[in-house]
Amino acid sequence: MKVAYWPGCVSRGFTPELHGSMAAVAPLLGIELIELDRAACCGAGVIAEHNQELADTLNARTFALAQQTEGELMMNICSTCQGAQTECQARLDANADYRAQVNDSLASQGLSYEVGLTNKNFLWLLVEEIGLDALQAKVRRPLRNLRVGPFYGCYIVRPMDQLAIDDEHPRHRYLHWLIEALHGTVIDYAGVYKCCGFPIITMNRDTSLKQAARHLGDAIDAQADCLVTPCPLCHLNLDLQQPLAAKLAGRPLGMPVLHLPQLVGLALGLQPHQLGMGKHIVRPSAVIDWSSAVVAASAA
Amino acid sequence: MSEYTLRLRRYDPQSGQAAYWEQFVVELDGHRSVLDAILKHRAERDGTIAIRCSCRAAICGSCGVRINGKPGLACHTHLARAAAAGREGSQVITVEPMGNMPVIKDLIVDMDAVHWQKIGRVTPWLINKQPIPEREYIVSRESMLDITQSMACIQCGACVSDCLSLEVDPLFIGPAQLAKAYRFVGDPRDAQHDERLRDLAEDPHGIYDCTHCWMCIDACPKGVAPMSQIMRLRRLAGSDHQIEDRNNGHRHERAFVENIRSNGLLQEADLLPDSYGGKFHPRAIAVLLASLPVILRAVVRRKVTLRGALLHPHRRQFRDLRGLLDPVERRPERRELNLYITGFDGEGPAQVAGNGPAMVATGTSPTRAATPGPAAGEGR
Repeated sequence: MKVAYWPGCVSRGFTPELHGSMAAVAPLLGIELIELDRAACCGAGVIAEHNQELADTLNARTFALAQQTEGELMMNICSTCQGAQTECQARLDANADYRAQVNDSLASQGLSYEVGLTNKNFLWLLVEEIGLDALQAKVRRPLRNLRVGPFYGCYIVRPMDQLAIDDEHPRHRYLHWLIEALHGTVIDYAGVYKCCGFPIITMNRDTSLKQAARHLGDAIDAQADCLVTPCPLCHLNLDLQQPLAAKLAGRPLGMPVLHLPQLVGLALGLQPHQLGMGKHIVRPSAVIDWSSAVVAASAA
Repeated sequence: MSEYTLRLRRYDPQSGQAAYWEQFVVELDGHRSVLDAILKHRAERDGTIAIRCSCRAAICGSCGVRINGKPGLACHTHLARAAAAGREGSQVITVEPMGNMPVIKDLIVDMDAVHWQKIGRVTPWLINKQPIPEREYIVSRESMLDITQSMACIQCGACVSDCLSLEVDPLFIGPAQLAKAYRFVGDPRDAQHDERLRDLAEDPHGIYDCTHCWMCIDACPKGVAPMSQIMRLRRLAGSDHQIEDRNNGHRHERAFVENIRSNGLLQEADLLPDSYGGKFHPRAIAVLLASLPVILRAVVRRKVTLRGALLHPHRRQFRDLRGLLDPVERRPERRELNLYITGFDGEGPAQVAGNGPAMVATGTSPTRAATPGPAAGEGR
């Protein structure tokens, strides 16, 4: 299937391994990525906090660019993008006057957003479009004996009504289902649906890092081998900042955190170096024995 | 009538025993509430169960508990619905006391120690503009609609129970409390908007301590959306009152917006120092030094490249972005669409100002600071 692909900012910034691993995994799943290389940041809730219409205009621009492609739908790889864009889309779709006002701004760029765009995170696309049975049929390296803790990221599980999470689409269970489909063991620890703390890292560093440390510690106590997250911002606090979080918490952590496409890629038979595992601050090789040699090679 | 299984968290500090789970079965119709089931069991089988309740109509806010791990009102949760949401299809309804507050007994938590004390923190009353008009203040319909959402709070504590900032920082003022603060900051009759905003922005545990996790929005049984009210407080404090808080809140927001306006995509290497006042500001240098081990490791692992961090690889392709964003930013009145008030097209929303546009205009217009007297609040 062809999708209008919005990689987000951080996957091309401080978590380049996410963008790379998505590009490596997509062909194995029959996904053709039409990258929206002219689209700009979703605002991550911060621009909306400054000026709602500014954030809505930026995202309407992205939606309009997606609608110009041949993609069946728009796909993102970031929980924060999913949540921030869904919120903007709700406002744009709710009110024709408001939409017309935003489209007036976009007219200078020859763009217009029309109601009806579907925007799904890679996680939702895997479950709802590709299907877990079809995914399971492609597994070349079952993740047996790997104990994986899901870490969803706030923006992809709340608010439930805005994200259309209901009995028919229990999207807050998809990461659990996915780990099972790849033959891994789900570790249900206290932090599964909690906040990594990243949004306030520059405002209240202690509160922010304490949140990250708490969830990492809970996952360790629940005997997880690693976490997996569909959110690169969570990854920044959980992986990049992990040494600082450990220092603040006063306990050793050393919990590897994988991006969603990395976990899928491993199960589909890709090598860790193809998935950028060597770029992590906490090396997955610490717990994933069968990948250690390749991760070391990639980092060299 | 059907049988429903409830699993209650019991705790009696006078017994000297630790908290424990107790399971029982109640026969009731599925449309009856979880509270009905607990009260029935208490009346017929076990009079020692402690739960607070009063109105049984989702108005008084007394029966806040956690049902199947999520906060809510026991009187406002149908048994059939709660059973369907039981853990892993078990149909067992789990009821436990709310979080972030000490348990007094069974399902009763100490609201005074946390919730009410924090409510007191935000000066939860109107400070009249002077001189007080001879008759009543006259307030525009728009401005009252604007604070309707925060006025809908029934003080049940559900949002406090699951607040993730409060979980690690007990000094955080709290979601219900900051929603209450907006109720007065948004009220044109109040005389101390600037003082209130300054107080909440400067407090290290104030509006910039909210981690934007949406937990309170899902927790609230009345649609108050405390997090949205906190974001409105930030908008007013930063953009309208230009408060340069000590927590870098406004600085971070401004740095983020400017970063996107210039680069299109977020340039993280700029955002961090700019949020602290710029690369050469002592605050920024201190944080960069503290982060040095992490930065070096990220460079060694090629997670971050010097080229990517120091140059601006995307900037060229987003030259047209300023032309799009600047006119929006320069509008004389900032426009906010609050779907709680406006609803969706075709739903028969409560249109603001009769047939006018269904949106609330706020911003720096001089009329925002309403003067007391007959014209108070107009043009808000």
